[in-house]
Amino acid sequence: MQDPLPPLLRVQDLHKEFSSGGGWLGGAPRVVRAVDRVSFEVRAGETLGVVGESGCGKTTLGRMVLRLLEATSGKVEFDGTDLGGLDAARMRAMRRNMQIIFQDPFGALNPRMTVGELIVEPLVIHGVGTPASRQARLDELLGLVGLAPYHAARFAHEFSGGQRQRICIARALALNPRFIVCDEAASALDVSIQAQILNLLQDLKQSLGLTYLFISHDLGVIRHISDRVMVMYLGQVVEMGSKHQIFDAPSHPYTAALLRASPSRNRGKTRFAAIKGDLPSPANPPPGCRFHTRCPLAQPVCRTTPPPLMPVGASGQSAACHFPGSDRGPLDPGKTVGAMGG
Amino acid sequence: MTQHPPSLASPVAGPAPLLEVADLSVRIGGVPIIDKVSMTLREGEVVGLVGESGSGKSVSSLAIMRLLPKEAEITASRLRLLGEDLLQASERRYEQLRGSAIAMIFQEPMTALNPVLTVGEQIIETVIRHEGVGRRVARARAIDALGRVGIPAAAQRVDDYPHQMSGGMRQRAMIAVALACQPRVLIADEPTTALDVTIQAQILELLQDLQEEYRMGTVMITHDLGVVSSFADRVMIMYSGRVIEEAPAGAVFDAPRHPYTRGLLASIPSSEVDTDRLYAIPGTVPPAFDPPPGCRFEPRCAHAAAGCRLAQPALLACGPDHRAACLRLDEITPAGAP
Ligand SMILES: Nc1ncnc2c1ncn2[C@@H]1O[C@H](COP(=O)(O)OP(=O)(O)OP(=O)(O)O)[C@@H](O)[C@H]1O
Ligand SMILES: Nc1ncnc2c1ncn2[C@@H]1O[C@H](COP(=O)(O)OP(=O)(O)OP(=O)(O)O)[C@@H](O)[C@H]1O
Ligand code: SF4
Ligand code: SF4
Ligand SMILES: [Mg+2]
Ligand SMILES: [Mg+2]
Repeated sequence: MQDPLPPLLRVQDLHKEFSSGGGWLGGAPRVVRAVDRVSFEVRAGETLGVVGESGCGKTTLGRMVLRLLEATSGKVEFDGTDLGGLDAARMRAMRRNMQIIFQDPFGALNPRMTVGELIVEPLVIHGVGTPASRQARLDELLGLVGLAPYHAARFAHEFSGGQRQRICIARALALNPRFIVCDEAASALDVSIQAQILNLLQDLKQSLGLTYLFISHDLGVIRHISDRVMVMYLGQVVEMGSKHQIFDAPSHPYTAALLRASPSRNRGKTRFAAIKGDLPSPANPPPGCRFHTRCPLAQPVCRTTPPPLMPVGASGQSAACHFPGSDRGPLDPGKTVGAMGG
Repeated sequence: MTQHPPSLASPVAGPAPLLEVADLSVRIGGVPIIDKVSMTLREGEVVGLVGESGSGKSVSSLAIMRLLPKEAEITASRLRLLGEDLLQASERRYEQLRGSAIAMIFQEPMTALNPVLTVGEQIIETVIRHEGVGRRVARARAIDALGRVGIPAAAQRVDDYPHQMSGGMRQRAMIAVALACQPRVLIADEPTTALDVTIQAQILELLQDLQEEYRMGTVMITHDLGVVSSFADRVMIMYSGRVIEEAPAGAVFDAPRHPYTRGLLASIPSSEVDTDRLYAIPGTVPPAFDPPPGCRFEPRCAHAAAGCRLAQPALLACGPDHRAACLRLDEITPAGAP
């Protein structure tokens, strides 16, 4: 293999606080740190999977990366350009390279526009091409996502969920982006349709050389689609590594527990092994390590000192744990307790 | 390959089944929604009912519970609960049975719990109605029931309204309401689909404990084959209103026979093994009002032949305790395409 390419996307200390309630009626507002100083890189042609429980900050992160949501602090660089330094016009031009596909194919599509109008709308907005060239591009896009030319004259509500997601994908591809955030892009679909959409996204990645930030709560989908994986818990990255490191040799107790909790069709009739305790409120996360209230390996230091994200071994895996395992194994959280850290 | 322990439940002979359903069909507004669904549930047994959206899982269970809207026409050749003929049961008798002999839990607890009553009050009501005990006893039972489903400080939480609880806790509360009178049969309709994987595991662990303790018969409805594999003794796969395959859980996962079951298994990405490319069943599920003739899977089936559009395949034996509804079972090899 050749030397790895420079990262297409570089995210540094990205941070988002939402305040809710409070004000003149109720005293101090509650601050939710939805995304808490998150850093990562995505190389061109790579798929980085982002996984974690509901409310851990996946969507907030994805939207900040595209500057659809302003960060409280931190930096996003795309292809060497700091997005924070761009004015509105240049950001708009930059956005042609960066698109997003959402979970809900209903909400995303204007019911009064035909499918053809919906798909070429980004071209119209960005003033790309002539009516004739847009028509040619429309035919090309319909073919790419597996729709037929006659579909262009119909309205989105006439389509099934899977077909609607194809329309959203065609729309996202219209401007020839290099990078796409897929936020639960196949999660709302039935399994047989989910497989069609996942295959389509993989084919498009190959043929168009796309780079994905792929957000999902489904561990099977994340393993299938990702090259590398980032695991989030309460706004923070707790572990990052190649998909084989994360799924076959997880180092962080949360990753191991998540894998163990996921029902398997290969183990036969078994007892479920749940993580004990409720997910704490993101508005009031535990001090020290945020996972300590549910961690089977927690020690006194975990209650007071937040563990930084540190390399585990020499191979690009990192974990935020005072006692990272070299291989926690998905089946046994207590199998190994690594050297003391911190 | 993978190892599945032999099914401990479902003895071949033994006590009479808790629930017997034969040829259950439902039409709504003249549209056939489910077609000749049959099922037998024994003490301590978990039957997994699996299928994609719209395949008729909920309608089947609501028909057994007699909870469908009035315009639904329900027919069956046999419907017995604990030996009692439900086809002859009056509306009043059904009300007595629901909540005491047979209970149901749902995906969305907010639709099953009454938002204006405390969780405790809902259990107390059920216990008083079915067992005729006094309020004091019923309240103690409610606290006990909430404790059993793992709600901390049950003596205080008993006076909470549903909206004061987290999603996972509400799900537990609904289970407590359903199980307060120790039903012999439990129908769980996607009880964990809306939950995060960690909370899902907690609820499934709880259901497993209760199942073992009370030796209920449980019908676990889900579209998640992982849940079924870990939980069920037997599995029934539905497609477009019909049961197309049924077998002990191990056989469904290790030696599925129907092309739809095989395709479904190959289309789900696993978190445990690498898959280069998923098998994608082409096309979509046919609408209930316009099913294809003959085998309803024919338009999507890789093995379809001319005869498949002509005759409706019957559910036939194809292995020990294993049945599938496909006309070409003998020609489809286990090693071939899904
Ligand atoms: N506009 C907002 N105002 C206030 N709080 C918000 C806002 N958007 C998100 N949050 C909070 O930020 C946290 C992270 O939310 P986010 O939607 O990013 O999570 P997620 O990981 O995408 O969850 P899910 O898996 O449910 O989609 C949550 O606690 C959420 O309630
Ligand atoms: N009250 C009703 N009136 C008319 N049609 C109905 C009614 N309830 C359900 N149906 C139809 O019956 C079919 C089966 O629905 P059912 O709810 O049983 O599916 P399901 O397998 O439970 O799906 P899901 O996984 O989405 O819950 C669907 O086509 C549905 O549209
Ligand atoms: S730092 Fe401590 S509490 Fe946190 S994951 Fe590691 S062992 Fe568990
Ligand atoms: S009967 Fe024919 S169409 Fe139906 S599943 Fe079998 S081979 Fe396929
Ligand atoms: Mg989200
Ligand atoms: Mg249903």
